Amino acid sequence: MGFGNWDFKTMDLTQLTIKEAHNGLRNKQFSSKDLTLAYLEKIKKSDKELNAYLSVYEEQALIQASEADKKIAYGNFGMLTGLPCAIKDAIMVEGLKCTSASKILENYVAPYDATVVKKLKKQGAVILGKTNLDEFAMGGSGENSAYGPTKNPHDKTRVAGGSSSGSAAAVAANMACFALGSDTGGSIRLPSSFCGVTGLKPTYGAVSRYGLIAFGSSLDQIGPIAKTVDDCRIIFDAIKGKDPLDATSIEPEISNFKFQISNLCIGVPKEYFVKGIDPEVERIIKDAIKKAKNAGAEIVEISLPSIEFALACYYIIAPSEASANLARFDGIKYGFSVDGKDLLDVYLKSKGKGFGNEVKRRIIIGTYVLSSGYYDAYYNKAQEVRKLIQQDFAKAFEKVDLIFCPVSPVPAIKIGERTDDPLSMYLMDIYTVSVNLAGLPALSLPAGKVGNLPVGLQIIGNHFQENKILSVASQIEIN
Amino acid sequence: MISKEEVQHIAKLARLELTEKEVEKMQKDLSSILDYFNLLKKAPLSAKILAEQNFGGQTFRKDEVVSSHDIADELIGAAPDKKDDYIKVKTVF
Repeated sequence: MGFGNWDFKTMDLTQLTIKEAHNGLRNKQFSSKDLTLAYLEKIKKSDKELNAYLSVYEEQALIQASEADKKIAYGNFGMLTGLPCAIKDAIMVEGLKCTSASKILENYVAPYDATVVKKLKKQGAVILGKTNLDEFAMGGSGENSAYGPTKNPHDKTRVAGGSSSGSAAAVAANMACFALGSDTGGSIRLPSSFCGVTGLKPTYGAVSRYGLIAFGSSLDQIGPIAKTVDDCRIIFDAIKGKDPLDATSIEPEISNFKFQISNLCIGVPKEYFVKGIDPEVERIIKDAIKKAKNAGAEIVEISLPSIEFALACYYIIAPSEASANLARFDGIKYGFSVDGKDLLDVYLKSKGKGFGNEVKRRIIIGTYVLSSGYYDAYYNKAQEVRKLIQQDFAKAFEKVDLIFCPVSPVPAIKIGERTDDPLSMYLMDIYTVSVNLAGLPALSLPAGKVGNLPVGLQIIGNHFQENKILSVASQIEIN
Repeated sequence: MISKEEVQHIAKLARLELTEKEVEKMQKDLSSILDYFNLLKKAPLSAKILAEQNFGGQTFRKDEVVSSHDIADELIGAAPDKKDDYIKVKTVF
């Protein structure tokens, strides 16, 4: 989009991409305060209905904006300086409430900044507020929030997707220039697909998780949700890198090479196009693959034979890790507590009243599969199968550069459609969880629509090949 | 179907109080989810061998001492019941 001719006085500033807004700030066509006020206005107008934000910090955002404007006036600023963003409420921002959309943390105030937040603040980004999610990031629809579901901006009778529901909806409805989400089994990609925005789940270890409320520690990863592929790249560059406070983080060697799609080989896993996929979604994904082929890419069919086990494997490993990680919320150390006759009673009652249904379900699943007598049959077996899935991808990436497949077998579902049947809800994650089990990077790129419902193409790369994913995505992006 | 007693036992291990209704729903949900997990029985035996190989080659990282910032007051401040610099809990015995 060229914007030399735009009239910034009359136009809607909230529609700008990061690049466009940055250029506008640099050219003094508007200030960070103008931008921030425009977003705050948009949130006031739209968010009552959408419920994307759990909290909005108008006063603080305006202070951050005026600080950014000073930086800009001195000419000392980066790509994200002065740009208003939203942070998933599982990521801590010092001094602000961090609820993880759970009642058990309803009054918890973050004592420090997550490393990613520290990095955004250092660049001078403006934090508008904290966004809604499935409680403790457990869910694919956004309906498991203790504070009500986020609605899909494209159809308010439908879900925004989860678990980073509010982050994706806020970007889609122009209530934030960009947002941070987290992805344990698809939680960035699924809502990005449902809301028609671009979301990147980075390689395991590429971005520090320090200050992210832990769910599945061998799977969790923080990543960007934005309007375009370029915007995702800018945010990823700002937040990636080794952090001494997260032992799993490393300094990734990510090349800046500009990959040309015509030199690349793209694999299409045959196991991803079987029964269960919506025919319209299948058509859109196949059209996107055709587009890559027309751009000169070589397309080959590949096989990931162990992928049929991925969902079962994930729903053993993730709840196991969650049941351990959530043990800390016991009514003693954080905000919410229910009184009882002795210490055990405080634990039982605080957890019983503080956690919602899905979180309880996952704690029970995790505790069950880790309990003696079942440990080998479930947890150990799942760890073995995880290796098979990793091996499948490793073999595939010997032959192909990237893998194209759907993000979800269906577009956004109706609110309430699957809430009574947890297994049918879990099946929505069938194309996303394997990426987390293998620690790979993957992007959700808007590829088309079924009616007015967006559908995302999933582009999976080998470890630390975010650059290759982003290069190819920007060459087939719908403008 | 998982028995009521089994769900209650697991809930107790997890320090989670469940209502009668929640136990009933959990019996149903857990049973169908565990049935689905049986799919893993179909996984090839090579999985076990592969896992053992990989575990054998695991590299351990060095213990690192990370100096954390001084937020003790904030951390104690988050507790619902406290006295001075102590977090108060119910009697254990």
